[in-house]
Amino acid sequence: MKRFFAQCYIWLLLIVLYAPIVFIAVFSFTESKVLGNWTGFSTKLYSNLFTGNMQGTGSLMMAIQNTILIALIAATVSTILGTIAAIGIHNMKGRTKQTITFLNNIPMLNPDIITGVSLFLLFVFLHISQGYLTVILAHITFCTPYVVLSVLPKLTQMNPNIYEAALDLGATPFQALRKVLLPLLKPGMISGFILAFTMSLDDFAVTFFTRGTIGLDTLSTYIYTDARKGGLTPELRPMITIMFLGILILLIIINLRKARAARNAVQ
Amino acid sequence: MPYLIFLVLFVALPLILIILYAFRDSSGHFTFGNFIQFFTDKDAIETFALSLEVAIENTAICILLGYPAAWILANKNLNRSAVTIVLFIMPMWINALMRTLATAELFHMLGFQLGKGTLIIGMVYDYLPFMIYPIYNILEKMDHSYTEAAADLGATPWQVFWKVQVPLSMPGIISGVMMVFMPTVSTFAISEFLTNNKIKLFGTIIQENINSSMWNYGAALSLVMLIIIGITSLLQDNKKEINEGRV
Amino acid sequence: MNNNENIIEIRNVSKKFGDKCILNNVSISVKKGEFLTLLGPSGCGKTTLLRILAGFGTADSGEILINGKDITNVPPHERPVNTVFQRYALFPHLDVYENIAFGLKLQKVPVDEIDRRVRKVLKMVSMTDYEDRDVDSLSGGQQQRVAIARAIVNQPQVLLLDEPLSALDLKMRKDMQIELKEMHKKLGITFIYVTHDQEEALTLSDTIVVIDDGDIKQIGTPTDIYNEPQNSFVADFIGESNILNGRMIKDRHVEFVGHEFECIDEGFGENTAVDVVVRPEDIYIMNKTEGAHLTAKVKSCTFKGVHYEMFVDTDKGYELMIQDYNAFEPESEVGLIIRPADIQVMHKERLCNTFEGELIAEDKVEFLDAEWECLPQQGLSVGEKVKVEVDFSKVDLIDHPEDGNIEGEVAFLLYKGDHYHLSIKTHGSYIWIDTNDIWDKGDLVGINIAPKDIKISKCDD
Repeated sequence: MKRFFAQCYIWLLLIVLYAPIVFIAVFSFTESKVLGNWTGFSTKLYSNLFTGNMQGTGSLMMAIQNTILIALIAATVSTILGTIAAIGIHNMKGRTKQTITFLNNIPMLNPDIITGVSLFLLFVFLHISQGYLTVILAHITFCTPYVVLSVLPKLTQMNPNIYEAALDLGATPFQALRKVLLPLLKPGMISGFILAFTMSLDDFAVTFFTRGTIGLDTLSTYIYTDARKGGLTPELRPMITIMFLGILILLIIINLRKARAARNAVQ
Repeated sequence: MPYLIFLVLFVALPLILIILYAFRDSSGHFTFGNFIQFFTDKDAIETFALSLEVAIENTAICILLGYPAAWILANKNLNRSAVTIVLFIMPMWINALMRTLATAELFHMLGFQLGKGTLIIGMVYDYLPFMIYPIYNILEKMDHSYTEAAADLGATPWQVFWKVQVPLSMPGIISGVMMVFMPTVSTFAISEFLTNNKIKLFGTIIQENINSSMWNYGAALSLVMLIIIGITSLLQDNKKEINEGRV
Repeated sequence: MNNNENIIEIRNVSKKFGDKCILNNVSISVKKGEFLTLLGPSGCGKTTLLRILAGFGTADSGEILINGKDITNVPPHERPVNTVFQRYALFPHLDVYENIAFGLKLQKVPVDEIDRRVRKVLKMVSMTDYEDRDVDSLSGGQQQRVAIARAIVNQPQVLLLDEPLSALDLKMRKDMQIELKEMHKKLGITFIYVTHDQEEALTLSDTIVVIDDGDIKQIGTPTDIYNEPQNSFVADFIGESNILNGRMIKDRHVEFVGHEFECIDEGFGENTAVDVVVRPEDIYIMNKTEGAHLTAKVKSCTFKGVHYEMFVDTDKGYELMIQDYNAFEPESEVGLIIRPADIQVMHKERLCNTFEGELIAEDKVEFLDAEWECLPQQGLSVGEKVKVEVDFSKVDLIDHPEDGNIEGEVAFLLYKGDHYHLSIKTHGSYIWIDTNDIWDKGDLVGINIAPKDIKISKCDD
């Protein structure tokens, strides 16, 4: 009985939580301009989205491209920088370590708007004209700390003698890094990369403040301008639906792998 | 250490610049004018108060709805399915603007009057998962023997819950509060969507000032927000949990 | 000394971390093919020394020679030594075979030779069928074997082992000890072994180096170390012992526990204060009291498997530990006999606390980084450097560190039959005290000294 009520509560919450997304998904299969107005089943919005055949909003495709490109670059650079930084931090002691961990935590604690405004002021102060470069730099800034925090635990869990063992067996410091350290850090680096990638994809505020006036749009800023213009471009509905399904599948895969890994560990 | 230079350049320096700009007028002279302007502007103060109020209400509702959900999810007797957990985590991975937009559209279609009510409901929609997940994480890892020990020492289930589980899950609640309160107090786009621009929050004012080149005033407002955030951060001493919650 | 025989020469090596002295002018020679053990309590510097040998740490001063060549600046991967780490440090992303082949692959040894050598060492450590296993799926003992195999497959001239058995359970440890000993014989290479387990050291080693607090306390064969400890630290650390204050009356005559005994030691001078060590199994205990050296009353008797362990109070009020195959009931009167050869006489390391200090007022003296009140001094001028002496028994210890004039930590305790002799560490130096109160190692204490007990005299130099 207790279980029944508990399950009811959970599912009720989920239904309410998912209602908007389901609602968007349902109405992605109709042509109506206005949400809530069902004008018959159609996949036209999907084909519009993929062919880029939309009235006056060809820049949506551009925004999607920008989003993915920026996320890929930012995540890659953050992963490399963050891994090196984590190794450095791990080997540090005392004051420097405290300072650097403190600074590293700031971008994660700061609200996006503060990070955005502060970086905006930095670029203004340094007279760097804003555009792609500044957006990517800004994304690297708030993504790298997450990579550092994904890699650091792998280093602390690692047997402290592992690196020395490699040296002891005749590996040069570079060989020890490549053959022992990096393979062991790989899981942390991958989850750091995924985290950085999704953080970058999701970002709105930081991009908004650092993109300058050259008309650079990511998906977030595109949606923002679009919504402020009044009325959502209908093609965003299939877009949202596809992203939702994509992430659902990704999460299911990740969880299945985790479950399998857990089972293997038990054996 | 090159990363230290990177952090100083892209983290410390920008924050210092906020302070620097906040205490200057547009011609670069030192001034308290920006703060005087803020504290004497009734509208700005009201917006500021409203932002705090909305953020606190939103956080409180998220705790009230989220704690029971997290508790049920972490309780093996009440919930065995991993699917529900994934479903609760998933919204965290989806672009917040998209979710907000979907919510706003739904309100619109249902014929709700967009205003403070929809603002708070919409924010709860957006941020509930961020409250549930860290609490769930803590409760799930919690050693079962604590509750058994409490029961063994004569505590009723209700006492076990209030005297053992709630205090022990405090770190989860605190990181949940951080993850909900911080973004809601600083948001600008979400409030615009959810109220159709009827209600301005503090974040919106910052954004408007920066965008209309009132950098110094905007910086001063950002500094005010930073101080609020700083005070909230003092609530929690273990920064690691925030990250655990997000990952 | 023939240098060709010594594969490793450690000369005057010192190392400090901050103000803390980890190794204090340590010199050791290791012969080719020797099984040498560095033995000491945790934190004594033995692991630091091993890491300096392997190349993971550097000494502040001194030099290390392998085969007569100074290797101080040779990086670890070029040293002819391999290490078995305390918690194995196997590479978790490689399987057993790949772990063992790691070093050989780096040396670009041909594949078929790698295969041959890996299989040979797998056989040697009895892990033949495990080559494809994940290292995380192995038990502690198996991981240990792989770690040893991984080191010896590279045919090092010296194998360094850092507490390799400490993570294993007792039974496993005993088995591995035997295997290690056999392996040492078979390989014929030099083993340098670090442990805090005195029994392990006695079982395995050709030579034991006892280290405490960065200092070498004694170097010798296991029998030397056990039977003829040179100081109370070694006597207490190795095996069980009764350590007592004594007085050398003249050659071959020593007095302790209030009685005079014949012994075999000479050359201590007459009427010299000494420490006396008697192993509990070397005290003969019997029912009748006539003919005995002294009488005692049994306080407790505990069965320990092979023998009984008894504590007795002697007629003059000293407590002794005795091990014997026969049990004697508590409260029974017994006679004790100690044979001359079983009495080990040692020089006292110190007779009272001696500090360098400075007179800062007529009745104030500074030593151990603190000010102390003392009796008004005559014949000494303020500001003068002085020698301060305090009897062991005149130092007061207080429970609350903040109530003492200085704070300290109990670093070492020795039961001397009728009192405890404690070493208290304070600001990097030691103060020694005699007390009847019971303290534990690691207790934080406050230290006070009554003004009348601080004896001040002119500096010797």
